[in-house]
Amino acid sequence: MSAETSETTAAPADAPPARRAAHRPAPRRNLPPVVVHLGWALVAFALLVGLTMITDPFTNLRIATIGYYLIAIAGLALLTGLNGQVSLGHGAFMFIGAYTVALLVLHLPGLPFWADLLLATVAGGLAGLLAGAAAARLHGPYLAGATLALAVGLPAITQRYPDFLGGSNGVSFSVNSQPAGLVGVVPATRWEAWVVWATALLAMVILVNMSRGRLGRSLRAVRDDEVAASLAGIHVGRTKILAFIVSSACAGLAGGLQAFLLGTAAPGSFTVALSLSLLAALVLGGLGSLWGAFWAAIAFVYFQAWAEDAADAVDLPVNVENNLPLALYGTVLILVILLFPAGIHGGITRLRAALKTSRQGRSGRSEGES
Amino acid sequence: MRIHRGARIWAVAVAGALVLSACSGAGEAPSGGSGNQPADSAPGVTDNSVVLGSHQPLTGPAAPGYSKISVAAQAMYTYINDNGGVNGRKIEYKVEDDAYNPTKTVEVVKKLVLEEQVFAIVGGLGTPTHSKVLDYLNQEGVPDLLVSSGALMWDQPQKYPMTFGYQVDYLREGKIMGKYVKDNFAGKKVGLFFQGDDVGRDTQAGLDQFIKDQVVTRQPYDPANTDVTPQMLALKSAGAEVVVCACIPSFMALTLLTSAKIAFKPQFVSSSIGADPATLTALLQDFAKRSGATVAPEQLLAGFVGAGYLPRVALTDDAWVKFFKEIHDKYIPTEAFTDTLIFGMAQAYTVGQILKAAGRDLTRRKVVETLETTELKGPALVPFAYSKESHSGYIGAYLVRNNGNGTSTVVQQPMVTDRESGEVKAAGGDRVNPDQTGLLDK
Repeated sequence: MSAETSETTAAPADAPPARRAAHRPAPRRNLPPVVVHLGWALVAFALLVGLTMITDPFTNLRIATIGYYLIAIAGLALLTGLNGQVSLGHGAFMFIGAYTVALLVLHLPGLPFWADLLLATVAGGLAGLLAGAAAARLHGPYLAGATLALAVGLPAITQRYPDFLGGSNGVSFSVNSQPAGLVGVVPATRWEAWVVWATALLAMVILVNMSRGRLGRSLRAVRDDEVAASLAGIHVGRTKILAFIVSSACAGLAGGLQAFLLGTAAPGSFTVALSLSLLAALVLGGLGSLWGAFWAAIAFVYFQAWAEDAADAVDLPVNVENNLPLALYGTVLILVILLFPAGIHGGITRLRAALKTSRQGRSGRSEGES
Repeated sequence: MRIHRGARIWAVAVAGALVLSACSGAGEAPSGGSGNQPADSAPGVTDNSVVLGSHQPLTGPAAPGYSKISVAAQAMYTYINDNGGVNGRKIEYKVEDDAYNPTKTVEVVKKLVLEEQVFAIVGGLGTPTHSKVLDYLNQEGVPDLLVSSGALMWDQPQKYPMTFGYQVDYLREGKIMGKYVKDNFAGKKVGLFFQGDDVGRDTQAGLDQFIKDQVVTRQPYDPANTDVTPQMLALKSAGAEVVVCACIPSFMALTLLTSAKIAFKPQFVSSSIGADPATLTALLQDFAKRSGATVAPEQLLAGFVGAGYLPRVALTDDAWVKFFKEIHDKYIPTEAFTDTLIFGMAQAYTVGQILKAAGRDLTRRKVVETLETTELKGPALVPFAYSKESHSGYIGAYLVRNNGNGTSTVVQQPMVTDRESGEVKAAGGDRVNPDQTGLLDK
């Protein structure tokens, strides 16, 4: 019995890398994971560039939208999925990122756009440091409440400084990002989609490396059992704050990219509803993994669009039609959680596992026969 | 090995930084040409149809009240189409919901322009929302007609040649309300309650030309926060006897409810955006029902003074109101016939008039030139300002007091003024009837 349990607990942690190593060709094993991930990111970027070439400008905009939500949701996945801290305030960090880019574009026009984005990330991270310092002392619903307060309260700062932050009207600007040689050659929306996705993939590479490495193990250990983690030599408070910093830096970057993409930053865009729907999307996509964030970002952007089209297609009373997309979204969220508690990614993993066992079963039988 | 790998990563990083630093500043003017499409083009126009788009708050904080505007506009376009369309073209009207969220506005307007290939954006609603697509629409050369907001920024013909306002702007309206308050409530303490953006800023600029020394407190609100109790308490404690509001209908209704709750009964004067009595009545009942209370909207609205520039539902003898009522009864009989519906229909009618005047040979440039050179006479009691120098919409307003028993009294005849410090004077000129505009060929 005891041997069995030790084996089963050890298996999930050890089995996947072992299996992967066995499948992997020998020379690859020497490559550091960051290089492998960068390679995959390059492949993904090439695919994405291909995709933007064959789709129309508006689809390019939607693809870019998925890109920045991916960063925000992936950051949330690291915090909530890996570290077990619930944040209902990520909209506020996006707000900070968006306003950082907006103010830099307006007041320091000489800075290139990538520096603006970098600073938006830093600003988000700094805000996360402050929020995280409080977060490390709070648990569960108290933490959720504190972050919720941030989401509710922070956008109101625009009311306090209407001349600087534009009041509830926000600020609008246009971002000049295209290198001179590409203007007129590549349509603006396509270029913006490339920028957003290059950034998103880079961020994903960093997040994947973090979650696979020492930090990721610490985060999971703290999530699963704080006492055990601290006995194992992990500084619990520091780890939690670090998770918050990384996560809110991601949200800051996402907000910065949104501002870059849409040329606007306004408090009306960063409501509590945004924070809540980011979390809802993550649950829909799958909490435990960064792939879940990917499905979540797609669902976040496209599900709403499809639901709106569906609502348009059916002839319904105006009030019903207007609110149908939200109702549909809620229904699907409930259904997914009932059917696949681990979200879309959980569902896909289960499906793949089921396929694999059935295939193995068949091949096993044929081996036996021969 | 370790050092070697680190050096490689650094080399990549430095190379990347060098490539990136070749980019110019994000806030500087783009190095290439602007505008992808010449205004001479006419996307969305075929031999027998023209596609128009609009962004409207169908859900979200501004939806109560405003979500009916596009319903009314659609009814008017259907009526025009059923009567042969404009210059042989049927109007196809595409409405996208932006939930009064600027981010969504940018997205849906790009969708309308890029995917739906609309010829023009008409009646885009809201200042915080529409201001975010102003640059985009003008860069792309898309006519941006009759913006449903009274902000001054639509009237910048040099900077935004494609954009035209519609409503009386908040500054002019503020001047007219200010003069009314000064003439009728001299010496009384005035409190201001307004949306914390252009709406509030411009309205105050107009009001201050007349009643600056009477104002005792200025309270802004944010559309995302539906609790106005702090502001009402501040107005009450400052002893305001007259409260001038520049707010959207849902906040006007909240104001009336909240002030009644704290037993604060000043004289309310509201700008046109929040003054439709039928919409306010419905909202008051709805909000009260949700909080489990019952209210008598007639009592709350008794004495309420609101601005307007279009004919009101109450004017049952007006030829335009009769005309709108006919369309209402035929196409959208289940909707309550309100001033908000009249707004949507009147605006759509004006769009029809613009297309008619631009002629059969329709291009984007032509629409803009037509609007700058044609005097449009339509439903309103005040004229438009459209010219080469001004892209302002209506240039005046009247004020009307709700008597609390379903009737109302005009307390200020239609006045017109400019957006500087010019005087407020009576609107002259004659109105035309719906059958005299020549929009429909029948």
